[in-house]
Amino acid sequence: MDPNIDAMSQDADMMEEEPEYASSSQGSSSQTSTLTWINWFISLPGHDYYCEVDEDYIEDDFNLTGLQSQVPFWKEALEMVLDVEPEEDTLTIPDVSIIESSAELLYGLVHQRFILTKAGLQAMADRFEQSAFGICPRVYCQGQPVIPCGRVDTPGIDTVKLFCPNCQDIYGPMSTKYSGVDGAFFGTTFPTLFFQTYPAFLSMPFKGFPPPLPSPTSTSATSAQTPSSSASTPSKADANTNPSPIGPPEPQTNPDPYGGQKLPSSGQYVPRIYGFKVSERARSGPRMAWLRNRPDEYDDLAKVDWRGRWLGSRAQAEEGRGGSVVIEKTGESGALFEEDEVLVKSDNEEEEEEEQ
Amino acid sequence: MNEYSTGSDSEYANSWITWFLSTKGNEYFVEIDEDYILDRFNLTGLNGEVVQEYARALDLITDQLEDEDDMDEDLRETIDNSARYLYGLIHARYIITTRGLAKMLDKYRSADFGTCPRVYCYSQPVLPVGLADAPYQKAVKLYCPRCEDLYSPKGSRHGNIDGAYFGTTFPHMLFMVYPHMVPSKGPPVPGPGGPGGPVGHVGGASGLPGYLGHGPTGIGSISTAAAAIKAEVYDPKLFGFRVNESAKLKRWREAMRDE
Ligand SMILES: [Zn+2]
Ligand SMILES: [Zn+2]
Repeated sequence: MDPNIDAMSQDADMMEEEPEYASSSQGSSSQTSTLTWINWFISLPGHDYYCEVDEDYIEDDFNLTGLQSQVPFWKEALEMVLDVEPEEDTLTIPDVSIIESSAELLYGLVHQRFILTKAGLQAMADRFEQSAFGICPRVYCQGQPVIPCGRVDTPGIDTVKLFCPNCQDIYGPMSTKYSGVDGAFFGTTFPTLFFQTYPAFLSMPFKGFPPPLPSPTSTSATSAQTPSSSASTPSKADANTNPSPIGPPEPQTNPDPYGGQKLPSSGQYVPRIYGFKVSERARSGPRMAWLRNRPDEYDDLAKVDWRGRWLGSRAQAEEGRGGSVVIEKTGESGALFEEDEVLVKSDNEEEEEEEQ
Repeated sequence: MNEYSTGSDSEYANSWITWFLSTKGNEYFVEIDEDYILDRFNLTGLNGEVVQEYARALDLITDQLEDEDDMDEDLRETIDNSARYLYGLIHARYIITTRGLAKMLDKYRSADFGTCPRVYCYSQPVLPVGLADAPYQKAVKLYCPRCEDLYSPKGSRHGNIDGAYFGTTFPHMLFMVYPHMVPSKGPPVPGPGGPGGPVGHVGGASGLPGYLGHGPTGIGSISTAAAAIKAEVYDPKLFGFRVNESAKLKRWREAMRDE
């Protein structure tokens, strides 16, 4: 398969000295003498999502518990990953490329565990801050850096995905060079643990601004209501005792210290035809605004029960409004456009259109 | 930039439009019928938008430019740039006509505009859209009819095209005219076509293009909840357990969806 590996297996002398892995990847032979297998492996095309696992971590048997049974030729693969000189009986192995793929599997499984450690999380955080894993392709996430993850923890099932901490959705990598990278080598827990460890990188689950008032023309009324609507944060209310009619409202912070602390990019796309919003009741009208929506304030999150239904008076209000809509709209496919802005729900379902 | 006469494949192109469409980076554009361009009614107001060499740019697009050999390089380049710009502005108008929509639909069906990067959209084909109808405002974006969101094109080749060449109306007009092309919100129905995507998907979802997955899935119904209830969302897990805060947000979104 890999001609270089054939050459290695024929040349036993080369195996005894420092292995020349780089010649199969980058073609640069000048630095090969100091290149470890791990350095070589993570420098391969498409392997740049991996971080470098400390050799100390791999050498500690405790960290490898349970992995032996998942990796064929475990001992030989471990020796390859750690650049250990193989013992004499390795000639029973039919093909070195088998060891090579075992070493990749071993490294990936160890990597899945290592990035959940303090050192691993820190290594990934450094790279996340440099957008080393790319940015969210979603326009309204405004260049938000993403983090690799898997949808399953078992190798061989699904490729690596990218988690965006703003829209909290997952995407396929933009380049096909990652199509051979196993998602299990990053795992399902990693993105969650990462953003619980670094909540400053995670967007808040609410917009963080008080709900917009029905009449956007009166600026003074807007700022006058700001302190009362954010009464849950007394320190901020103090700061706003003398609200300036010009200054923008101060964003609410997340009272949950373990939750996301970053002010979200909460803009949403609003489909329009000739400048008019397409009605949600039109046959081809929008159905997915909820997918990217988030409430204005933290307390709104508690207004639903465990099944995702509105609690109390909100639920009754919804029913009442739903009834009036039925009376208004008796056509089989509904109007294409919103007839009137008043018809648009004036609470926080109203999408906030944000031109960036 | 690429001059008409120096493009590699263009030497023997029989028309300017053919050359334009075959130029790298112009894959999102369709061929505008010459009849449409020649009808001055369709170009109303554009001579005010194209400031330089409007008449000769129009002549170039319709292969009626005369005395090409006598022009100096600067003039030639001005006409070239104006022609590309003018074609884009006419394009935005043309693709919301019946003929234009049909041509763009063909490209959509063969995923010529790419697919949605969102994992739970299952390689749903996307459509180009502008965030503004005026030129020089915003680059072209891609609209996914499954998640109804906007994404940036993958490379700079398409990332620098003016969004005004497609306009804000186009994808929504297309689905208004072809409502049966609105994809279902749920996972694609496994079909005889087998997996089409390059990536194996979890959850039994095949790679069947989403637009073929429509059916008894609530499309065309009045209720958002009925249409959207099958939509999959990412569920963050920590060692197998749901995460408190994202679970709260998920329930809140479900309440918004179902109301
Ligand atoms: Zn995002
Ligand atoms: Zn999508």
